[in-house]
Amino acid sequence: MRHVTMLALAGGLMLAGCHQAPKTDAQGFVIDPGFEQKLQQQLLDAKPGDVVTIPAGKYALTRSLSVTASGVTIKGAGMDKTVLSFAKQNSGAEGLLVTGDDFTLQDIALEDTKGDALKINGTKNAVMRRVRAEWTGGPSTNNGAYGLYPVQVENVLIEDSVVKGASDAGIYVGQSSNIIVRNNRAEGNVAGIEIENSTGADVYGNTTTGNTGGILVFNMPDLPVPGSKTRVYRNKIVANNHANFGAKGSAVSSVPAGSGVVINANDDVEIFDNEIADNKTANVIISSYFSTGFDTQRKRTAAYDPYPQNIYVANNRFSGGGNDPTDQFKPLMALGGGKLPDVVWDGFVDPKVADARICVQNGDARLLNVDGPHQFKGPAIVAADCAPATRLPEIALPAEMTKAK
Amino acid sequence: MTRFLAFLFGLLLVAACSRAPDVVTFHAEDNPENLADWGLFTISDGRITPHAGMVTYELATPLFSDYAQKWRTVFVPKGASATYDPVNAFAFPVGTIVTKTFYYTVPTSAAEPGTSAEVVKMTPATYQTGVGGLDLAHVRLIETRLLVRRAKGWVALPYVWNADQTEATLQRAGAAVPLTFIDGSKRTDFVYTVPNANQCAGCHVTDHRTRAFEPIGLKARHLNRTFPGPGGEINQLRRLAALHYLTGLPDAGVPQDAAWQDAAAPLDARARAYLDINCAHCHSATGPARVSGLWLDRQNADPRALGVCKPPVAAGKGAGDRAFDIVPGDAHGSILPFRMASTDPGAMMPETGRSLTHAEGVALIDRWIDTLKGECRLAGTAELAMR
Repeated sequence: MRHVTMLALAGGLMLAGCHQAPKTDAQGFVIDPGFEQKLQQQLLDAKPGDVVTIPAGKYALTRSLSVTASGVTIKGAGMDKTVLSFAKQNSGAEGLLVTGDDFTLQDIALEDTKGDALKINGTKNAVMRRVRAEWTGGPSTNNGAYGLYPVQVENVLIEDSVVKGASDAGIYVGQSSNIIVRNNRAEGNVAGIEIENSTGADVYGNTTTGNTGGILVFNMPDLPVPGSKTRVYRNKIVANNHANFGAKGSAVSSVPAGSGVVINANDDVEIFDNEIADNKTANVIISSYFSTGFDTQRKRTAAYDPYPQNIYVANNRFSGGGNDPTDQFKPLMALGGGKLPDVVWDGFVDPKVADARICVQNGDARLLNVDGPHQFKGPAIVAADCAPATRLPEIALPAEMTKAK
Repeated sequence: MTRFLAFLFGLLLVAACSRAPDVVTFHAEDNPENLADWGLFTISDGRITPHAGMVTYELATPLFSDYAQKWRTVFVPKGASATYDPVNAFAFPVGTIVTKTFYYTVPTSAAEPGTSAEVVKMTPATYQTGVGGLDLAHVRLIETRLLVRRAKGWVALPYVWNADQTEATLQRAGAAVPLTFIDGSKRTDFVYTVPNANQCAGCHVTDHRTRAFEPIGLKARHLNRTFPGPGGEINQLRRLAALHYLTGLPDAGVPQDAAWQDAAAPLDARARAYLDINCAHCHSATGPARVSGLWLDRQNADPRALGVCKPPVAAGKGAGDRAFDIVPGDAHGSILPFRMASTDPGAMMPETGRSLTHAEGVALIDRWIDTLKGECRLAGTAELAMR
């Protein structure tokens, strides 16, 4: 049975279906002192199958919301109509924290959270559809870290959403598996979209622009879950040239401004059919953990592989970019005829692996090995005409997740 | 309609005439709106006192909650008992009711303690023990949280006290209580946050695989200390065993956490006890913060998982421009005490239950980190740093 719970929060708005707008204060917030308590109460009482509907309006919240029940859907009237603003938040590390399975958030905006906008931790089947997560003051180190943040989730769908201003990643899928991130817009974040320590991700149809880095595929050490197997295709990754405003010490703070796609210490990654343009440091960067500036001397967990391997860059439409890299790359511009080549690799290889298989089959795009292991002493354009033995399969999600609600 | 009104009137009469039980009353299914319906306390003559069967206890090192004072009790139904476990929370029988009452001491000038926004800092030495109840003369009761063991498992119910300090009502969605904290001449406005029932689970569900709700403090290492009560000032575990509230307690070899303020205890033991009770309900291999790879439970023996030279993962601005959770010998350069000291909801740790900085706790962790040996090195010039 499907329960539909309506929040009668906006006073007269919901009564008799009349069309008058809810009363608002000088800052445009709906005047309804009981809203926050009632909404949280509904989330506490939610049962599997419940749809919690929030009418149009901009609502001020002061504390984190949370959902622990499984099978809950939270639905607004549209990502520009129903706005939960956390500008006045005084407690909670996120706007909304979800620990229940089969969760859907759609047609709603989460604005100005002090920490992450939406975090979904340790669940199955999470859907974010037409959600806007935004810090409305524009890029700032003081903004929250992540916009849409599923972590250790099996089956993730993030689609038709908008993320702006995150001080780490707009969309951040961490330690998860079986993932589709499609048709989203990420703008003005440090990282537009980041897939980290995750396995099996399809990232397509997205537009990332104005970020420090467009799309990141990372693998970090000292975490319970490693990752691999991501496809990045048919995206527009254009002019991600924003100065890096990530907090020092964070993984993304090592990303040079002007990075299109960055692969770090991840294996089995395909980058194809994208439009990648005008990213001023490089359109594609392939790097090892040794280039992140972290502690690389201490012993890492034996299971961790710091090297990128089996990377395939093919059939992308490259234009511009590489023309104004960060300082340490500037001396290398001559090798690419006055700009960095489209694909830049730090050149660290696992001595135990014969061939890292860094493959570029992309017209006249070239691969520059900057010779990181020898302090840039022998940078060179290197041969890369190879392809993976097998291509990655398309990600399929449970049908229930892709059905319109 | 007339009949319905008569029925309603009848109900009101019943409600008006009904009295709260004066013995501890377990509710197996329903969540009463009024705390009084559990029959836990009597409030009279300026005292709140516990009913028969409720044993007051204290932890070796408690969780910091905005300098709130805490009065804890446990009630175990007659004829039943909990089972000892050396590491995890004891297995308590159905019908067990644990209470934790959060309160502050108010200035002696406050005419009505229950409405005083001003609350003063008390050091643990001057706490009322709670054994035999609390003198309410200069106390503002904020909330009483119940942990109730039902057939399906534990549930958490937060009850918030009224201004007259006569009744507490269920607030499953939590509450925000604006207060001013007075520490000597220093005054700090803050919002005391009563957690919502889901946030209770945020700390009390310590294993994501089972999603089972568990008590945190009712473990051997936290209870293994002396405290006054029935039988005198004796070891709490021995008392619980003598009352038949606990079975299976071994004669020796019971783990013991240090008291974090005990200057006679080794610094490492005090710091680890503090991190254990304040952080490890999330930061363990099975807790909600398992995803960070930072595991601060007392059992963890891996220095990297404890944070030594461990780079942050998803800390965002919580990293505070520092490269590692713990840099041995350099507390100021370590993320962990930075996040403990922060009051920015987007950077602070713990994430819930705190609006103020626990200065004494931060000082302890600072001292501990400053005594650790070793060093963390960033990638040197021999390697390409892209930053």
